[in-house]
Amino acid sequence: MKVTVRLQSEPFDAAVEVARLASGRTDIGALVTFTGVCRGSEDGEPIAALTLEHYPGMAESEIERHVAEANKRWPLLGVTVVHRYGRIEPGENIVLVVTASSHRQEAFAAAEFLMDYLKTYAPFWKQVDKADGKSWVDAKAIDDTAAERWSVSRGGHEAAE
Amino acid sequence: MNLKLRYFAWVRERVGKPEETVEVPPGIATVAELMTWLASRGEEYAHAFNNAKIIRAAIDQKHVRADALIKGAGEIAFFPPMTGG
Repeated sequence: MKVTVRLQSEPFDAAVEVARLASGRTDIGALVTFTGVCRGSEDGEPIAALTLEHYPGMAESEIERHVAEANKRWPLLGVTVVHRYGRIEPGENIVLVVTASSHRQEAFAAAEFLMDYLKTYAPFWKQVDKADGKSWVDAKAIDDTAAERWSVSRGGHEAAE
Repeated sequence: MNLKLRYFAWVRERVGKPEETVEVPPGIATVAELMTWLASRGEEYAHAFNNAKIIRAAIDQKHVRADALIKGAGEIAFFPPMTGG
């Protein structure tokens, strides 16, 4: 499996990343691309920008750990994850997940799995810059729930039923 | 025990520094005990660690639970629940 994990402050070009993963290959039958984008409002109020803080080293290793886990669960041919840090303005991209496999089901499932896990376990923190000042974004219970549905123990239990 | 501590997001802001090396007194065995001790180190630490239940920790860049043992740790990080992606 071809794996690329990269953190950067500058915007990425999703098309370039997809081409890097897939060009020249004929084994890939499905490519799923997810791009997370900075919204212009948070809780109905306009925002000027997000600032993403991260834990260098651990952020990369957590993403790589989850890519390895995805590769155990689905027969993947390639994964690219790019996550930005620093100041990000509305309309700019934040995160990219590209998954490649022979068939679409695996590529869709792996991309969703990776995004759910990144949100809950990758050490990044968003600060929102609004007219009345800066504040840290609270973690959402819905993101924990989204990650938990992939948990091995739950999956194993269901498989046994 | 000499230990490097790192803080992120609002934990970092409240403590007032991104990292430091501390001499942990004997008898502190777990991450939870370490947070209780940190909270006693001054007003800014109390502000950062008074709601320790919501703070996450990592030992040597791996997520751990509050009951994890700190023995042998090189670096312990404290941070709020993550909000990346």
